[in-house]
Amino acid sequence: MESINYQNFRIDAENICVDYNGKVALYDANLRLKPGQICGLVGMNGAGKTTFFNALTGFVNISKGKIRINGESVRSAQKDQTIAYVPQNEGIDSQFPINVWDIVMMGRYGSMNIFRCPRESDIQAVKDAIERVDLTDHLSTPIGNLSGGQRKRTFLARAIAQRASILLLDEPFSGVDIRTEKLISELFIQFKNEGKTILLSTHDMIHVREFCDLVLLINKTVVAYGETSEVFTPENITTTFGGISPDFLFGPES
Amino acid sequence: MEFSSFLTLDSFITDPLTHDFMRKALLMSSLVAAVCGFLSSYLTLKGWALMGDAVSHSVMPGVVVAYALGLPFSLGAFIFGVGSVALIGFIKQKSRVKEDTVIGLVFTGFFALGIVLVSKIKSNIDLHSILFGSPLGISLSDVKQTIIISLLVVILLSIFRKDLMLYCFDPRHAKTVGINVFFLHYLLLTCLSLAAVVGLQSVGIILVVAMLITPGATAYLLTDKFDNMTIISVLSAIISSLIGIYISFWFDLETGGSIVLAQTFIFLFAFLFAPRYGIFKLKKFFAGYK
Repeated sequence: MESINYQNFRIDAENICVDYNGKVALYDANLRLKPGQICGLVGMNGAGKTTFFNALTGFVNISKGKIRINGESVRSAQKDQTIAYVPQNEGIDSQFPINVWDIVMMGRYGSMNIFRCPRESDIQAVKDAIERVDLTDHLSTPIGNLSGGQRKRTFLARAIAQRASILLLDEPFSGVDIRTEKLISELFIQFKNEGKTILLSTHDMIHVREFCDLVLLINKTVVAYGETSEVFTPENITTTFGGISPDFLFGPES
Repeated sequence: MEFSSFLTLDSFITDPLTHDFMRKALLMSSLVAAVCGFLSSYLTLKGWALMGDAVSHSVMPGVVVAYALGLPFSLGAFIFGVGSVALIGFIKQKSRVKEDTVIGLVFTGFFALGIVLVSKIKSNIDLHSILFGSPLGISLSDVKQTIIISLLVVILLSIFRKDLMLYCFDPRHAKTVGINVFFLHYLLLTCLSLAAVVGLQSVGIILVVAMLITPGATAYLLTDKFDNMTIISVLSAIISSLIGIYISFWFDLETGGSIVLAQTFIFLFAFLFAPRYGIFKLKKFFAGYK
């Protein structure tokens, strides 16, 4: 499974289109990712980044095209717990009456029985995941009392507990402290070594250069896709961001 | 003449219990309150207060038609409750009108239909008891229906307790790990319709939405744990029902209104004095004296 067979893509999205009641959010988008690859998803607000994620998780239906996850349908990927989604901090109700332990346990729901009674193995998975994101001291802290970085790490732990082979991360670096950023970058290296595939959206160009093997530039459709060193050029970025110069995006230094 | 009864708390509580209709009212209202309170924590977290209002008003024509046809009124109410939600979803999808506007216009339309039907179908339907509830005059067949529906809702909510919590908190994750979000959505709506049906016996159609949101809102101010929220919500709903019925008995007040008013007062108390989230943060206040 882990050996890199050229035919065997973790994510294989072919010409996918998504529209909401006739309004096109994404069209003719392609993406192929292999095990162990980290890909950055870059685009403006409303360029279709979240829509792309939603299509891959099956949260929205695609109107055209084909998505294969490990060679199978999105439906069976859901059943197999293949994909984990780590939401933006803004996408979560931070006043919900729930603590760190219970959120991470939600990563195990998909593989539990109908009553969602945790087994010994689930409890161990949750413990391990929380340890990996360094939140063992906050097991029963309610989500409302966590910092932005701690909240991010909680949802990362949920993805780890789920034992997914594909991680979709929506703005993993926005609103986090230095410590969390460092921890996330260490986790990325571990995930890569474990053969997990990561697709992350970000506004931060520096993070793309630092972490991503591949980059997918989108503006309703794919503007450019390939190795970061080749594709992540000022020209492509300018096109993606609708003509704003890279100087403005990177700062005058670069 | 009843003045002497006020002399002891004991007789204040036990005297009403000598009446058969009061025992029945207290038991039934507690059961209904428990069901609505249980559901309430989900509705407040999901932000479905307006939906609760819509469903509870929309059951009106269903109740009238069922009475006229001699069917169990819960059946008619259920059909119209779910029907209103389907209609809201349909109009929202097919038009550019915003959701809260659609909800408002659909449920008032249904409610108006109910009122017109009552005036046309000259039967023994008591408009007052539908609108304002009549827990003191509940019939034996109503008791049976209420018990069956209540048990059904409690069983459904208990089985899918954690899934529904996940659905309220993060539906996207639920979908990603293969949990049937579509099913959970309609399960919650079904429970809402059923709870509205039993709730309207206690407090009537107009106020039943209070049973569905106030206990949850109160509990939300008092805890950061979902399970505790459910427990507090159920308890505050039951206590409000008991207080409301006793008060209405002794002071000869409208029962449904008294129950809801008791809930509102408990909410206000939490709003002011909740340890962490109240206006006067008592936890901080006492911590200062340590």
